[in-house]
Amino acid sequence: MKNFIDRLNKAFENRIRLGIMSALMVNASVDFLTLKELLDVTDGNLASHISALEKLEYIAVKKEFIGKKTKTTYMATKLGKLEFNHHLKALEDLIRNSE
Amino acid sequence: MNTKTEHLQQINEIKNIMERSSRFISLSGLSGVFAGFFALAGAAAFYIYIKQLNYGYTELAGRFPLEIDLNFFTFCFADAAITLTLALSFGIFFTTRKAKADGRTIWDKTALRLLINLMIPLATGGIFCLILLFRFGWFGIIAPCTLIFYGLALLNASKYTLDEIRWLGISEIILGLIGCLYIGYGVTLWAIGFGILHIIYGLIMYIRYEAVPKEKKYW
Repeated sequence: MKNFIDRLNKAFENRIRLGIMSALMVNASVDFLTLKELLDVTDGNLASHISALEKLEYIAVKKEFIGKKTKTTYMATKLGKLEFNHHLKALEDLIRNSE
Repeated sequence: MNTKTEHLQQINEIKNIMERSSRFISLSGLSGVFAGFFALAGAAAFYIYIKQLNYGYTELAGRFPLEIDLNFFTFCFADAAITLTLALSFGIFFTTRKAKADGRTIWDKTALRLLINLMIPLATGGIFCLILLFRFGWFGIIAPCTLIFYGLALLNASKYTLDEIRWLGISEIILGLIGCLYIGYGVTLWAIGFGILHIIYGLIMYIRYEAVPKEKKYW
């Protein structure tokens, strides 16, 4: 049991980070506003979780200019996808073995 | 065990966000049901008009394009336009209503993606049918062709919305292919494909996603 819990990635333990990664797993890229609406969080809260994931290099950031406005989009990196899949697998095993 | 339910909850949440961020799930089954009824009414109006003209649909196929007067075209166009407008506006109405009830907006990235992927095969089919009609005068093949292309469009779009759309698409394709073998039953084909199939799948979607109590829904 202990073994399974160790395999869970601490970086994904937060609900918002889990949400960000989930959205980026199934979309090539997602912009800030869409993430905000999807997860129903405040700007500051979302930004801090994004930068945490960015620091770990689980997600990549792209800034574009549309007219005068900047549009920031995010995508999951190879490492991020790998780690997220490991985390999911660990969750699954945990559930299966606790029956 | 407490942590187990927690982990299950996490998995459900992941699934939920994946679905919501990649698929347009506000599509209401009632849209399909109403589109189906309008299609049946449109087909009935066309059938009555043809009867009154006193020649069969098969005969029309032979006469096209020279011997058919402008009134016939005006009627066809008006019938199709009214049916489509009614079906679309009721579709948008029910879908907006469902989106609002679930606390979502109707117009977002998933809606755009769904529309683009629907419109590419659909517009291709539309242009192709117009070419068949005006360049070659192949009147009889138009109805089965529209069903095949509509089916392909739905099949393509189904990746971005509810799974039932995939099966609706496949059904339309099969119906269209069968229709190619029996030229002359275009109105019947349209009534089945746009009418009855829409009603059946609309009802299935309505029962699966809307008629259930809210807490049972997984999104």
